[in-house]
Amino acid sequence: MKRFVPLLVLVALLALPYSTLPVPGLFEGTLNSPGTLQMLAICLVFGGLALGYDLLFGRAGLLSFGHALYIAAGAYGTDILVSHAHWPLWAAVAATVPAVAVLAALLGAVALRTTGIAFAMVTLAFAQVGWIVVNRDPGGLTGGEEGLPLDSAGLPAALVGVANTVNLYWVALAFLLLVVVVVHGIDRAPLGRVLTGLRDDERRVSVLGLSAYRLKLGTFVLAGALAALGGAVHALIVGGASPHLASADLTLSLIVMAVLGGAGTRWGAVVGGVVYAYLDQRLTQIGGGLPGPLGQPLFILGTLFVLAVYFAPGGLTGVLKRRGRLA
Amino acid sequence: MSTVILLTLTGLGLAALYFLIASGLSLVFGLAGVLNFAHGLFLSIGAYATWWAAPRWGLAVAVPLGIAAGAATGALVEVVLIRPLYKRPTEQVLVTVGLSLAGVALLQSVWGADPRTYPRPAWASEVTTIGSAQVPDDRFLLIGTAVVVLLALLAFLHKTRYGLIIRAGVENRDMVSALGIDVRRAFTLVFTIGGALAGTAGVLGGMYFGSVSPGQGASLLIFAFIVVVIGGLGSVTGSAVAAVVVGLLQQFVNYYGTAGAGDVSVVVLLALVLLLRPSGLARTAATA
Repeated sequence: MKRFVPLLVLVALLALPYSTLPVPGLFEGTLNSPGTLQMLAICLVFGGLALGYDLLFGRAGLLSFGHALYIAAGAYGTDILVSHAHWPLWAAVAATVPAVAVLAALLGAVALRTTGIAFAMVTLAFAQVGWIVVNRDPGGLTGGEEGLPLDSAGLPAALVGVANTVNLYWVALAFLLLVVVVVHGIDRAPLGRVLTGLRDDERRVSVLGLSAYRLKLGTFVLAGALAALGGAVHALIVGGASPHLASADLTLSLIVMAVLGGAGTRWGAVVGGVVYAYLDQRLTQIGGGLPGPLGQPLFILGTLFVLAVYFAPGGLTGVLKRRGRLA
Repeated sequence: MSTVILLTLTGLGLAALYFLIASGLSLVFGLAGVLNFAHGLFLSIGAYATWWAAPRWGLAVAVPLGIAAGAATGALVEVVLIRPLYKRPTEQVLVTVGLSLAGVALLQSVWGADPRTYPRPAWASEVTTIGSAQVPDDRFLLIGTAVVVLLALLAFLHKTRYGLIIRAGVENRDMVSALGIDVRRAFTLVFTIGGALAGTAGVLGGMYFGSVSPGQGASLLIFAFIVVVIGGLGSVTGSAVAAVVVGLLQQFVNYYGTAGAGDVSVVVLLALVLLLRPSGLARTAATA
């Protein structure tokens, strides 16, 4: 029975845009209203981004603090090619993702010379350069603090306009499915077990004759490419790239998502990403009505996160699993 | 020439800030093994405490209060949040991450996201003429404080019993425990010292930048992390040397290159140091 839960969720997600059901409290407006669909699309993108990050963090045990760099590179790369160079969308994405993968390979090659905390700090520092560059607006390319709105002239007609929000939802769902297929494919392949081995005992993997460095670099590059694609999808959904995507806060929230959901588990990061993105948006919507610090989404999310680390070490999925075992 | 003097002193002022943040981070990491993302929060709390108290009781009371607030936050965080997790290093990092997110949001909800004008002693707003350069006096305040702190820290680490325990703990924590010394008391101590230093940095940073905002700690923290790694984890003198190198490099390249190039060059320096000397400038991470 339990095996069918993801399938049921998928069917629900596929049926959702056809439903006119109002869900008071959870969403403003009916399920298929553009506002709700956009919100859900962002949730799905973050589900995918969090799972992509969990490939590094939960599976390979690489505590990268610089994942935002690759997301931002994907978003800005696509946005710049579409809005400044007037490329068609598909060509912009097709050029950006491999370019970001190359960037991840170059930076990863340096960063992976270190391990543990030093690795975390180096990736953080690299990502900080990205944040600085984006904010300085070199040559008017990135739009500085304002961000860069996506020029709708370069987009296919089906993705433009409020009435077509449902298509953005499909794009987001497709991205999430792609990440799930890739990461779960790796989980099932021998590579997945080797990555877990790297996380638990790197020396052992090296003794078995495998190059830990090359495996980690490959994983880093793959995660970077997935992040870039996610960044491009995010830019498409919110209609542009903003400097927030490049900030260290974004990486921190990816960590929060992975841990909140249950790092290294099959569905943990996806659940964490979706729940986090939902709470972040929903709390912002209703935040004005709440007193004091409760009006700040990050205060609630940060506190929840600290509590989760203490009282629910396996994250949300861990709690559900234990509940299931007890029942 | 006057530009060079001004840039040097400004760079050293920035280096002083980096050192105050990085030395605490470095000691906490070296001894307790905790990568403390909440360090920026200690800084912001110290800065806001002084900002809040200064119009009420004057700077002479407000500055010690800010430092004490930073120290108290550090001690509280260690005792309440970090201590239960000493066998789980990743969770410790995660808790400090959550704390930094929630803490900044809390400050924001109380005092708003906009920068607030920061109080400073009247003499710090004046300028001193050195050679042909007009140097604002707040630079000397920063540099002087950092030098005093450096000497006091070194004296503490090398001349007192607790300093000895901390230095020994950085080198080999298990051995110190095995000798029957309660290292965890020293953990609280380094968190308190780190918090006090961060609070000092917050107060001085507010005076230096002329304003304080909730996110200020986090943006300084990243450069402090870089200083810690370049200087060698756990080394106070390493942090001091690295802070000077980073501060000067950043100032000079930012002035003579394009805007932002200084920040980028600091990261390039970090990459070079890690490739050529992975354990940092101090090489052995235990010589304090």
